[in-house]
Amino acid sequence: MSNILEVRDLKVVYGGIEAVRGISFDVPEGQVVTLIGANGAGKSSTLRSIVGLEKPAQGSIKFQGMELGTMGTETIVTKGVTLVPEGRRVFVNLTVLENLRMGAYMRKDSIEDDLNWVFDLFPRLKERSWQAAGTLSGGEQQMLAIARALMSKPKLIMMDEPSLGLAPIIVQGVFDIIREINKQGVTILLVEQNANMALNAADLGYVMETGRITMSGPGKELAANEEIKAAYLGKAKK
Amino acid sequence: MSKKTTRDLVLSILLAGLVCAILAYFQADSSAHSYAISIIERSVIYAVVAVAMNLLNGFTGLFSLGQAGFMAIGAYVTAVLTIPVEMRQSVYYMNGIAGWLENLSLPMVPAMILGGLFAAGAAALIGIPVLRLKSDYLAIATLGFAEIIRALLAAPVMDKITNGSYGLNNIPGFKNMFQPIILAAVCIAIMVLLINSSYGRAFKAIREDDVAAEAMGINLFRHKELSFVISSFFTGMAGGMLAVFMRSIDTKTFQVMLTYNILLIVVLGGIGSVTGSIIGSFLINGGQEWLRFLDDSSFTIGGAAIPLFKPGFRMVIYSVLLMVVVLFWRRGIMGTSEFTWDGLFNLFKRKKNKKSSAGGEV
Repeated sequence: MSNILEVRDLKVVYGGIEAVRGISFDVPEGQVVTLIGANGAGKSSTLRSIVGLEKPAQGSIKFQGMELGTMGTETIVTKGVTLVPEGRRVFVNLTVLENLRMGAYMRKDSIEDDLNWVFDLFPRLKERSWQAAGTLSGGEQQMLAIARALMSKPKLIMMDEPSLGLAPIIVQGVFDIIREINKQGVTILLVEQNANMALNAADLGYVMETGRITMSGPGKELAANEEIKAAYLGKAKK
Repeated sequence: MSKKTTRDLVLSILLAGLVCAILAYFQADSSAHSYAISIIERSVIYAVVAVAMNLLNGFTGLFSLGQAGFMAIGAYVTAVLTIPVEMRQSVYYMNGIAGWLENLSLPMVPAMILGGLFAAGAAALIGIPVLRLKSDYLAIATLGFAEIIRALLAAPVMDKITNGSYGLNNIPGFKNMFQPIILAAVCIAIMVLLINSSYGRAFKAIREDDVAAEAMGINLFRHKELSFVISSFFTGMAGGMLAVFMRSIDTKTFQVMLTYNILLIVVLGGIGSVTGSIIGSFLINGGQEWLRFLDDSSFTIGGAAIPLFKPGFRMVIYSVLLMVVVLFWRRGIMGTSEFTWDGLFNLFKRKKNKKSSAGGEV
């Protein structure tokens, strides 16, 4: 299977501090790929630079053969890459429907089909389409953030900690949705601190530590790895 | 549903008719009602600036305090171009008039539009550096900009155009009160259309969460600049209207107090509500005048003179009233919602329900 995204030697620098220190990884088309790691490992910076919110200091980001590193976010979104930002960040005073329309802001074609599609995926959002997004529960807001990103009709959707601050049962629902979206043909790049859930859902996993990728492999394999268990899954080494 | 929309339509037409009838009554004998007319004219002009400020502060979330500067630009452009050519020598008797300007004149509305365009151009230039700033810093930078504009207009090098500190007079006024009302209505209608367009939604998205908006592919700088330029255009147009309304202007007209007055209207009416800004404008402009009896030391209640009633007392009461309003309606009169007939009826219904339930408890 071909890679939809190829990142080579990517460096991201904030005011002299290297958040990402030359990482390379691939995202195969149609798969769920996860980047796990502790706080400050550089996962979010990696996602932000892929979608153009940060300019990479060095390295290349190729999406379907196109170099994204020099493009602005508005171009990258129209090419089919989108980010569900950390902490949901829905537009709280806009209605659910307006939030979804904002997700499709860069599109010029009709969005009716996609509205129906996300309402099928998230029936709860359809019931509440006239409600202000701020009145939704945390889990519903996360669903809305994902649905909003889907409205740009992405080929690759990146999610920054979708399980953050949600109850375990809701987290389960979020991961079910991630699998469902993936089944419908959207490639997923997932950043998580909830390593166990993420690795079990992922086809491929990468482990990041202080700006570098230190380990990679199929998700299930990493989940079974003793070192990772010790470092991220809270299980003592045998 | 359709029954309700018909009802709303009928009510709106009735209200519009009533307003027109009152206006026509005033206009029919305009000299007798000149006081009321001037309050109405000033209110609609301030309403345009307030809605323009709301577009920026309320809908895009950019706290700018440059209104007086942009109004000054619009006012001066309008004034310079509309003063009748034969009057110009007497207006510029101290400094003389620049040769190229001597015979250059435009009708009122094109001059105002040009004034708006000048203000918009200044906004586009100043926006490039200052729109990278956030909240308070943006406010301070735009406030400074407004003062620079004022200083520039009064600068000796501009004497032959702006007449320096002598100001400009003999500006032809409005022919009737319908002119400013129609102009203001058109300006506000265009801004409402913008707010309800997909651009308006993008502005609101930036206000709500600029990081998420950026991730959606909204170019933050371009949209902020657009909002700033459009807001400044209408602020400049309203400045032109103010010049025509006042018939004589100088740079003192456009001091920071003017901006604060507009800010007061926006906050009182509700940040993020167009109808709130319009209502606020009438309340502030009207309120300052209705309270004038407080300045009158000969005013008595039941034959007793109140020692507090002396010039200046009006502003004390006015300030207290404003504080009370802000304390009890923290989000302004309208909050972020717009006026609807439903809202009005619900207000009465709620009051009635409260009364009947209170009665039931006894």
